[in-house]
Amino acid sequence: MSSVVSPAVVLAHGGNRGRWIGRVVIYGLLLLFALFYLAPLFVMLVTSFKTMDEIQNGNMLALPQSPTFDPWLKAWGEACVGLTCAGIKGYFWNSIKMVVPAVAISTIFGALNGYVLTKWRFPGHTLVFGLMLFACFIPFQSVLLPMATILGALGRFGVTLQDATGFSFGFGNSTVNLVFVHVVYGLGFTTLFFRNYYEAFPTELVRAAQVDGASFFQIFRRIMLPNSLPIIVVTVIYQFTNIWNDFLFASAYAGTGDSMPMTVALNNVVNTSTGVVEYNVNMAAAMIAAVPTLIVYILAGRYFVRGLMAGAVKG
Amino acid sequence: MAFLEISGLKKRYGALDILKGIDLELEKGGFLVLVGPSGCGKSTLLNTIAGLEAISEGDIRVDGRSIAGLHPSKRDIAMVFQSYALYPNMTVAGNIAFGMEMRGVPAEERKKAIDEVAKVLQISHLLDRKPSQLSGGQRQRVAMGRALVRDPKLFLFDEPLSNLDAKLRVDMRTEIKRLHARMKTTIVYVTHDQIEAMTLATKIAVLKDGVLQQFGSPAEIYNNPANMFVADFMGSPAMNLLSGTIEKGNTGLSVSLARADGEPIRLPIAAGREQLEAHAGRAIVFGIRPEALTDPDGADRNAKTVAENDCLIEVVEPAGSDTFAVIKLGGKEVVARLRADARIQAGQHARLAFNLDKAVFFDPQSQMRIA
Repeated sequence: MSSVVSPAVVLAHGGNRGRWIGRVVIYGLLLLFALFYLAPLFVMLVTSFKTMDEIQNGNMLALPQSPTFDPWLKAWGEACVGLTCAGIKGYFWNSIKMVVPAVAISTIFGALNGYVLTKWRFPGHTLVFGLMLFACFIPFQSVLLPMATILGALGRFGVTLQDATGFSFGFGNSTVNLVFVHVVYGLGFTTLFFRNYYEAFPTELVRAAQVDGASFFQIFRRIMLPNSLPIIVVTVIYQFTNIWNDFLFASAYAGTGDSMPMTVALNNVVNTSTGVVEYNVNMAAAMIAAVPTLIVYILAGRYFVRGLMAGAVKG
Repeated sequence: MAFLEISGLKKRYGALDILKGIDLELEKGGFLVLVGPSGCGKSTLLNTIAGLEAISEGDIRVDGRSIAGLHPSKRDIAMVFQSYALYPNMTVAGNIAFGMEMRGVPAEERKKAIDEVAKVLQISHLLDRKPSQLSGGQRQRVAMGRALVRDPKLFLFDEPLSNLDAKLRVDMRTEIKRLHARMKTTIVYVTHDQIEAMTLATKIAVLKDGVLQQFGSPAEIYNNPANMFVADFMGSPAMNLLSGTIEKGNTGLSVSLARADGEPIRLPIAAGREQLEAHAGRAIVFGIRPEALTDPDGADRNAKTVAENDCLIEVVEPAGSDTFAVIKLGGKEVVARLRADARIQAGQHARLAFNLDKAVFFDPQSQMRIA
């Protein structure tokens, strides 16, 4: 026992000052990095509340002299994207319409995959999981062209459907296309998250439910999902952030027209110049684009730490 | 006809044989305990009865109907799991009612059934709580409630008491026994604890390495073990198994046990063990339970063949209700069980009575019972 304790004792006596210096260095560095990271955000926020005069004549880091909300209103309702000057609000909703279904579908399918891969094992399940993992390592760029081909084919199928039934069922719609792309691309990650979570999920619960007469989907809905809140939150945060912030797929498959998502629209706002570059409007638009991911973190983050499995099995 | 029949049951994982042909029968209302060391296949056997694992060969019949190919929910069974497996997102009432809910029992009936079972198990005040708010013993009761409420043909218990502390385990054991006596249910129960097996069972099946070693009533298993494994596994302290030699003299058969100090002990063999004659002059394993080796005053007065001998007491272990003494005989340490107030001391000689009616003999090679 004493041999285990002694190094700590030595440190407490001889290294008291050394530990203090260590602490100062650590916190100092952390503070420095935090400032470094927060500086751009600070500049954005401050600039978005300034008038153009103040931006052109004042210091970048200075607080606004007479804070104004106008740049935000302008970014939301009047800013020009290309030739239309109706603000970014339409594109904001485009993003919402794309993100919500894409996150929901990829999360549910990921949960189902994880459930099957751990609790309903079939011959070759490791191979299937390995292939799904592979999807996590494929770079975005390499998917672009094949995916464009597939989306083109789906679009033509939509036209055929339109001719035959008078309704395209969403095939060929660029928002639907983006949802499809993000679901497919996200499935590897969501499956990975849920499989690892369900790997540690007590199998006896599934067996008990089987003996109780619950079906495959009843077990999923009544036993698995209600006990998966922590991993659902993780998956939703991850997927939401990725899909909301995606620029490459968005610009490749919905880069023009009314259905472009927020990220592409923001890029176009900044690129559209009518004489003076309105930094304050651009900054406000960028802030608006960042708000949803922030909200998701704040709302869902607190569920991260809740250990909901406590008491499931022996205690 | 037996209520539960298991015939020629085999279970393989690839090339690995887990169960190597199990035959068992249990009457209606019986309590079958599957007992054996870890990895003997007892839990696998239970899971095959439950339908949670498919069988490779053989058949399982309940009430004359084969259930071998059926889904667990169609077998009319209820199971209590080792970890209790309570659904953490549901209340106690929800847990108990889940099986009925899945079977489409109306809410009204479910409520009545829950209340009834809760009263029997004394958990009425816990119905609105979540499993995480319960103690180990309460969770155990809820798990049993979930099984009882269904009123199935067969109850399966998978080491239900192994997660409880020692005192609670004894209480719950009594409770399970009381429930069984009251509700006349048919139970298959897995444990590695031979005391649980002895106290609860009407029939015990001892397994080892996927092979059924012996199947019989607790008394049969205890008094007439079929081989050395069963003799050693059942009973605490374990049966003394020592090497000896059968000798044939003028007065009949006797068994000779070597002693470190002095002459070997010669014990006469009780009548009715004539089959030992064939082993005269050969080495055998002599088995005697600690309670059949005691102080002369404490010896069984109804026993016909009792031999008394002086033995060197090496260790004395007073256990309150009894005093255990360790002696050296046949090259092994031998435990004798004496009355609590027996006056013996370590390092001294004392007279011990061997009850040879209760002695058993095994073949040292095959380890099987001879007589």
